[in-house]
This record gives sequence, structure tokens and C-alpha cells, in this order.
Amino acid sequence: MSDFPSKANCVVIGAGIVGNCLVGHLADMGWTDIVLLDKGPLPNPGGSTGHASNFIFPVDHNKEIVDLTLESQRQYEALGMQNTCGGIEVARTPERMEEFKRRMTSATAWGITAQLLTTAEVKEKVPFINEDIILGGFYTPSVSVVDSLETGTIMRKKAQDAGVLQVFANTEVFDITTAPGKNKPKITGVVTDKGTIECDTVVIASGVWSPKLAAMAGATIPLTPAVHQMADVGPFDMLVETNMELAYPIVRDMDTFCYERQTAGSMEVGSYAHRPILHRVEEIPSNEEAALTPTEMPFTEEDFDQQMEEAIELMEFLGDGEIRYAINGLLSLTPDANPVLGPTTEVENLWSAAAVWIKEGPGVGKLVAEWMTNGYPHVTDPHGADINRFYPQQRNVHHIEARCDEHFNKTYGIVHPREQWASRRNVTQGPAKARTDALGAFYFEAGGWERPHWYESNADLVERYGVVAERTHEWDGRWWSPITDAELLHLRDNVGIVDLAPFQVFEVYGPGVVDYIEHMVVNKCDVPVGKSIYTPVLNESGGFRSDLTIMRIAEDRYRIVTGAFDGGRDEYWFRHNMPGDNSVMFENRTNATVTYGVWGPKAVAMLSTLTESDLSQEAFGYGQIQSHLLDGIPVDMFRISYIGDAGFEIYAEASQGLALWDALFAAGADFDLRPVGAGVYGTTGRLEKGYRLMGSELEDEYTPVEAGLARPKVKSVDFIGKAAYLAARDAEPVAQLCIVEYTDLTCADGYARYPMGAGNEPILSLDGERLVDAKGRVSRVNTAGSAPSVGKYLGMAYLPIEHCEVGTQLLAMYQYETYPVTVVATGGNLATFDPTDSRMKA
Amino acid sequence: MRTLVCVKRVPAPGSKINITADGLEVDTTNLGFTTSPHEECALEEAVQIHERMGGEVVVLTVGPAEAEEQLRYAASVGGTGFILVPTDGRSLDPQRTAAIITEAVQQAEADGGAFDLILFGNESADSGGYQVGVRVAHALGRPIVNGIKGIDVGDDTITARRAIDGGVEVYELPRPAVLGILEGINLPRYPTMKGRLASRKAAIDSVELDAAVGGLVKQQLHRPVERASQTVLLPTDPAAAAVAVVDLFEAFGVMGENS
Repeated sequence: MSDFPSKANCVVIGAGIVGNCLVGHLADMGWTDIVLLDKGPLPNPGGSTGHASNFIFPVDHNKEIVDLTLESQRQYEALGMQNTCGGIEVARTPERMEEFKRRMTSATAWGITAQLLTTAEVKEKVPFINEDIILGGFYTPSVSVVDSLETGTIMRKKAQDAGVLQVFANTEVFDITTAPGKNKPKITGVVTDKGTIECDTVVIASGVWSPKLAAMAGATIPLTPAVHQMADVGPFDMLVETNMELAYPIVRDMDTFCYERQTAGSMEVGSYAHRPILHRVEEIPSNEEAALTPTEMPFTEEDFDQQMEEAIELMEFLGDGEIRYAINGLLSLTPDANPVLGPTTEVENLWSAAAVWIKEGPGVGKLVAEWMTNGYPHVTDPHGADINRFYPQQRNVHHIEARCDEHFNKTYGIVHPREQWASRRNVTQGPAKARTDALGAFYFEAGGWERPHWYESNADLVERYGVVAERTHEWDGRWWSPITDAELLHLRDNVGIVDLAPFQVFEVYGPGVVDYIEHMVVNKCDVPVGKSIYTPVLNESGGFRSDLTIMRIAEDRYRIVTGAFDGGRDEYWFRHNMPGDNSVMFENRTNATVTYGVWGPKAVAMLSTLTESDLSQEAFGYGQIQSHLLDGIPVDMFRISYIGDAGFEIYAEASQGLALWDALFAAGADFDLRPVGAGVYGTTGRLEKGYRLMGSELEDEYTPVEAGLARPKVKSVDFIGKAAYLAARDAEPVAQLCIVEYTDLTCADGYARYPMGAGNEPILSLDGERLVDAKGRVSRVNTAGSAPSVGKYLGMAYLPIEHCEVGTQLLAMYQYETYPVTVVATGGNLATFDPTDSRMKA
Repeated sequence: MRTLVCVKRVPAPGSKINITADGLEVDTTNLGFTTSPHEECALEEAVQIHERMGGEVVVLTVGPAEAEEQLRYAASVGGTGFILVPTDGRSLDPQRTAAIITEAVQQAEADGGAFDLILFGNESADSGGYQVGVRVAHALGRPIVNGIKGIDVGDDTITARRAIDGGVEVYELPRPAVLGILEGINLPRYPTMKGRLASRKAAIDSVELDAAVGGLVKQQLHRPVERASQTVLLPTDPAAAAVAVVDLFEAFGVMGENS
């Protein structure tokens, strides 16, 4: 006790699987003087790790999660802490059998061995299963059970043995202190019941308690403690006689959201089917108050009765097993079910490593350690888990609890790639929402905003343009409308308006702004006022952190526009890198600004009726931003297009957004102006022009060279990622972003299917082999959709360089069937529609 | 054989027990509930007797409406009949509890016949008054022995055993009799999943009864000040450990004069 340190380099709070693995990896990466604290005893301090079921099913549709899971399995295996027993997901419904085909598709993409099983094959592997109620199975031989507590102990001891870590159990954190920092408060120390530790860096790896600890420092970690019920049932002679911890594969009864996992002589039955039971952190008892551990809360058996009935239905012998242990086990849920990792939004050098499952724990430990050490991680691009992805209105308990309440029962659910949230809608709306409502807008949520995806008022265009009106398979047509294709075709003939209110608009300004912005991005920003720059934003690794548009609106002021899904991470990054000497100021103008896109061959003529300004190409060239009046409303007009037609993004004060919308519509009456949804903007129009999307085509694994976004010259001034970028330019690229055309969409059942491009559909050679480039990256379709203007169905994918040539024939997998595709564009210009950009520059 | 088991719903706390603001109850906000351990054993004993001899195992509780949970638990491990005398949730004094149970027993016996055996836990896990069983037996005019760790049922008698220092006391009681059961008499079974599911269908008789307040009045609960303890790890090397132990003994003043 007398050894309690007064100083440390880094304090990690929480000795669960994440905190333990993190300190082990920090030690490996050269960190010294680390302190690990937990308020509970070791080796099981009483958090979620201690009662976890500890099994790992590696196949997931989400690449980021799979990367973390596979990395974790490698680490568990290397430590001898992994027992590979195999696992079978069983289906009770035809819909689930369809889902298994998607799981096979994902397994193929990630290179995980998996197999569809007939009912008889399931029975062979699990003789005690009731084959009469299942339709088949999805078998993954590499499913494993790990010892998460022992793994944590080994990782912790490794750092202790290296002399770089001190561990204090039974130590409660009372406060995390901060002082004014460069751009926001920074960490100064941790106050505990054993004393105060001065330190520069704190990591909260405290699972369900993380929000409470973050609040001590004035930060938020948006997660909620939630119950997962499980019961240990047994003993059964049949299992005892195996004399093995795991003699049978783990069974996931997917349609009842339950699992059955042998633990020596008994069976553990767990459920994600019961009603969502969410707790507040303050409701969790202390170690002393808890009958078991704090996160093993009293079992509410009435919530589990139906699951027991269904478990007995699947495995009759379970009914005679004694319920020897049953808990309402707490785990951490976030609003979108992904982890919350990385530097917190509010406090400098305060990190979050929370909402992590056992299957991701060691991988997350490594990822966060890399991130802390290098400024970016290698394990995977964490944009989907980055804690900065959440906006302020998504960080409070109202949002967290509503979304977790909604998605808890989807843990084993069948989730469509385009699936939309039902709860907490209409919180953030653009100024024209009442008008788009009246036009029958069907809204998708974009970064919390309501964004029209298509308009029912355009239903007449489906017939007018003769687009494919129906998709035979319900799955392909879910969250989709033929109106999207018709809206694009109409825009190409006339003019359309796109509600871009969710655009994230920042302004940076001040005497140091030119140096600052040049440092932040790849392309040259010291351009004349009124010019714009589309540019990658890189990590030091040279991979994409973001891509965005920057407009120089004054000598000392730039406007930065980024996507609805990227604003949180981008704002963090731009604020984080500010010089801190007041030479650069940052302002988030998103809520003060509305953006509309007006595009189409008649756009300039239509807009000219609202202004005395000369909007001709000669007076107002492509890529320029100019201030004008539209019907007397001051606007900034930006001649650009993500759709590929002439027109503008128009920025106005949000308070005048409704009047502007009405003025545009009034002017549009003579031009057959139609509202056009984000289905066009984000997919079909974009795809026809081959424009890349952050999070789909653009991520840290790929460089601007591979994405076809490298400019002929590199600016002389230094910028983040420059060294790596130069190296990438000098090297022969091993992969290149390409557009492929699906030349035949006919499935085995004889009708057309429509791939989603959800990022898990692999591209295969004609022999059916997965395409993996020289850096180990797998080719998969990141975007897919129709391109009605060119009469094709297209996909975007990185292909190994030897497969990039236009005309190359390959296969693309969808629903575990393969479809022939042909490379139709590669390199910098991926447009299949108007590849010379004659229309945009008209 | 018709057996009655009286059980009490009690909180299942951790090592630290919180008290409500008024100082009169255990704060159960985050606690689960269970049946007093002695009573779990009484129930198990009754179920085993039932399995050997047939008949009925009626389970009675006086408690809040939520005490239904303990009756369903009893159903899940083999109880056959269930009586709930609902209270307003506040704990009752033992005299009042005993009077209510006595009346409930009399009603149940009038409806379904006399109980051959009534089992209580030796004492409840929360208030530990050691009175209710004795008071009920006295009111019913039946013999009672507490601290029981063995039962044999004869045709007209009940043989009950309890441990004493260095031996066992054996009592022979005429039927009907009352026993206070001590934990350890058996190892209670856990409910099976089938048992749990079946218990949901168990019929519970809710009987409205009350009795006069007794003489024992709870004034205030308070938690003793926790004694802070400090753990000192002695050296693991035997020679060094021996020296450290001697030093400690000297410090505690427990070493003899000749040391």
C-alpha cells in the first residue's frame, strides 16, 4: 500500500479482458510506468468479463468486427487459452436459411472456413438436437471457447514482469482530474481511495461503469449496462461422460435468439430474446453489496421462461437439468451496437476502450495500444467503433437507451444492410422537413438526421422511365424503391433538388489557417478565394482518415464540408490538430447552415430565374464557390456535383432554408423540377460517376494511389501522412479501385438478384478463388447498385493489380451464389456515365 | 402424509447490507430474494417425505404479494399446495406473524384436513427471531422441537434428531407435530427447467388474514461500523517467514516469558 505511486505515464482503469490486454500491448509497444486499477479483486474484479460465456463465433458481416475477432482468436491461441470446439447456428425458419447464405458469403469474404449443414448433418454433430424443428445449420469449425480471465492475467503479468506496470486491485477511482489543454481540457491525474496519481494519459476500460468514470473527467462514453440472461443447467450424465469441457459444438438457436454451450457436465443456456432490460450505472451494486458479483444481478426468471421452453424444444434433455446458476448478467450496449474506442471527444488524452465483447477483447487491446502509440491503429480501420462517431444528441441516455432497447433483440436477428432505426427518429431535421413530408419522402437516417431517400410523389416517374419496378426477391427490394432509379433519369433530363441538410459544415479561420489546413490535408489549399479543394485526409499511415471538400471563402477562412456519417470523427480530428495558440479557430456551422443540391441540364436555367447573377460556366466555373442572392436570400453557391450533372450545392442560413426551398420549387415549376432522394445522391448517381464514399471505398487500409485519388503533383508543404503518401506514390500499387459491371444477375432460381454491396460480398476469380492482393487485402464489393443512365448494374471494389484491366472477367458473390462481373473502369476516372464530365462542366 | 412448510421471503444480500432511509428495513433496491436457507431445507425434507410416502406438501408464506415467487420456487422443487397470506410489505413482529400463521393453519386444516407435520426453519435469515415456530406450535397445542437435523416418520409418531456437543438428541413426538429445521439436514435440490415451467401453473390460494400487533417493536436497524483490516503478506521463504511470525507474536504480546 505504501508503494502506491504518485505519478505514472498512463493509468488504465479496469482489469477486465480489455484493460488487461491493453496494458500487455502497451508494454510490448514500449510504454513504461503504467498503472492498472480496478475497484474489484483480482483475478475477477466483478465486471462483465467474469461471467462471460467466453465463446467466439468469428463470422460476422462487419469487416471491422471480424478483423478484431480474428486478431483476438490469434492472441488467445498464442497464449494457449483457446479451445476450438466448432459451432453451429441452427435455423428454424426459411428466412434464417437465407441468412445463412449471407453468412457463407461473409465467411468466404473473410476467409473463414464454414459450411452449410443439412438437418441430418447437424444431428450427426449434435446427436441430442431435435432435428424435427430445424431446417439446417451454419457450421464454423473455428468457433472456440477462451479463458478470458486467465488471458487477462497473463497479459497483465507480462507487463508486470517487464517492469513497466503496477497493478492495484480493490482500488476505487473517485475522480479523474483535468486542466486546460491546447484545445480542450487535458488529463492531469486520477484520484483514488489509495491516493492520487499524476498522469498524462488515462484509459477507461471499465465496461459497464465506463460512463460514470468518463463523467468524472467531463467526457461521455455512450453505452448502457444491459442484461443478458444465462443459466447453467445440469448435470447431465451424457455430458459428464464425455469427460471433456467441450465435446460438442456450441449451438446457437438463431431464431429463438438463444445458445446452448456445454460446460463440462452441464449446459449453459443464454438468451438475447428476453425483453431488453437496461440499467443505469448507479443501479449496479458494489462488490460488497452484490450477492454474487456486481454484474451478476439477480435472475428475473419470468423473463427467461419462454427461452427455457424453446431450449427444451430444441434439446429435450435440458428439461430435467437443475438450474444451478442463473443470472441477469450485465454487458455494455451502445446505440449502434459497435464498441466505443479511441480518444474521447471532450478530453485530451482520455481514451475509451469500452463496449467490447470477449471475442474482440485482445484485438481491441492491441488496436487501442497501437492507436495510443502511433496515432492510428493497424488491426483494422476503426471508423465504425470510433467513439467520436456519435453526435451530441446521440450521447445521452435518452438516445442510448432507446436505441439499445431497439437493437438488443437483434443481437441474433437478421439485420438488413439498409435497415433503418425506428426509435429516436425526427430528432434532427432540416428546415424543409414539412415540405419533404408533404412530398411523401421516405426517410433514411443519416448521422441522426432525417434525409429523404426517395419521394413517393415521384412514383409517376417509374412508369415514365420504364425502370425495373419490382425486385423479385423481397430481400433485394427491402428498404429500396424503383423511384430512386426514376428520379435519377428524370434529373438527367430535367432538374432535381436534393435535400442535403445533414451535410456537416465546419469553418476554420484565423491568421494561421492556411498553414493549419495545409498540414491537415493532402491537396493544396492555398488557392485563390472562391476556389475549392476535394482532398483526402490521411493518417500518418498514409491511409484514408476521411475525404472532404474544402472551400476558401476568404483569405483567412475555409469552409469544410463532410458527410453526415463522418462529421463527428472529422470534427474531432480538425479540432485535435489545431495549433492551440488561437491562430486558428474552429466553428461547427452544421446546424446553422442548410444545403440543397440543384442539378440537371436545366439547373442553371432554373436558378437563373431567381437571380440577377450570371451563373454561366464562363462567369462561374466548375469548382468555384460564389455568394449570390436567390430570390433575395443570400446564399453561397458551389458549382460541384457528386451526381454528375450541371448545378450547384447551395448553402444558406438554416433560418432561411424553408423560404429558399419554396423559392426553388416555385422556380422549378416551369422546369419539371423534382425532389430527388439520397438514393440517387449516395448510390446510383454517385456510382455512375465512380465517386468514392468514406467508409465504403475509402478507409485506412487503402491509399489515395490505390483509390485513384492521387493528383499528378504533391504540394511542397508538409502534411499529415505525407511521408507514407510519397512512399505509396513511388511504389507499384498492388491494388486499384475499379468499377465492375454485373453482366448477368440471374440467380440459380432463374430470376434477377440485386447485390447490396454491403462490404461483405467477395470478388472471386473465375475459378471461384478469393482475390487477395499482395498486402493481404481481400477484394469485396463496397458499393453496388443500379446505374440507370447507362443501363447497367455496377459495383465498386479494389482488385489486385493483375485483375484491374478493363475487360477482366471475374465473379462476385451474393447470397452465396456467384455472378459474372467485368471490370469496366479503373484508375482515377471511374465514371461510366459521361466520363469526360461534359455535363457537369456545361 | 400431509405436511405444511412455512417459508419466508428474505433478501439475498452481499456482504454489505444497506438500510433504508427510515432505518427500519433492509434496502432491497438491487437485491434478489430467496427463501430462508433453513426453510429451503425444511421444504426439501418435506418433498423427500412426500416422495417416500405420498400425500401433500403445502407451502405457506406470510409476506408481500411478491412472495408468490418463493411459493413458485417451492412448486418448482416439488411442493403441491400453496398459501399466500399477503401483507403490505413491511416486516411483521413474530407474535403477529405467528398468530396469522396459526389462523391460516386452522383454516387450511378445516378445508383440507389436519397436517401430520408442520415444518419451520429454525430461524429466519433476516430477522432471526427464533419465535414463530414455537408460538404457532404452542397456539395449536402441538409439540415442537427446534434445531432438527434428522426426521423419521413413523405411523403415529415422528422421530426427530438434533446434534449436541458430542452426540445426538433423539425426540419422539406424537403426530401431529411441529419441527424447526436446521440447514444441513439435507442438500436442497435445485429446480429443473421443467419444474420451473410447471411451477408457473401452480394454483396459489391467497388468504386475507391479519392479527394484532405484538409486543416486539422494531425501533431502528443500524449497521455496525466496519472494522478496517489491513493485510500484511509475510515472506514466503520459510526462514524469513518464521522470523516475521515471531516478530508479530511479540508485537501482539502473545509470546511467553521464555521466548
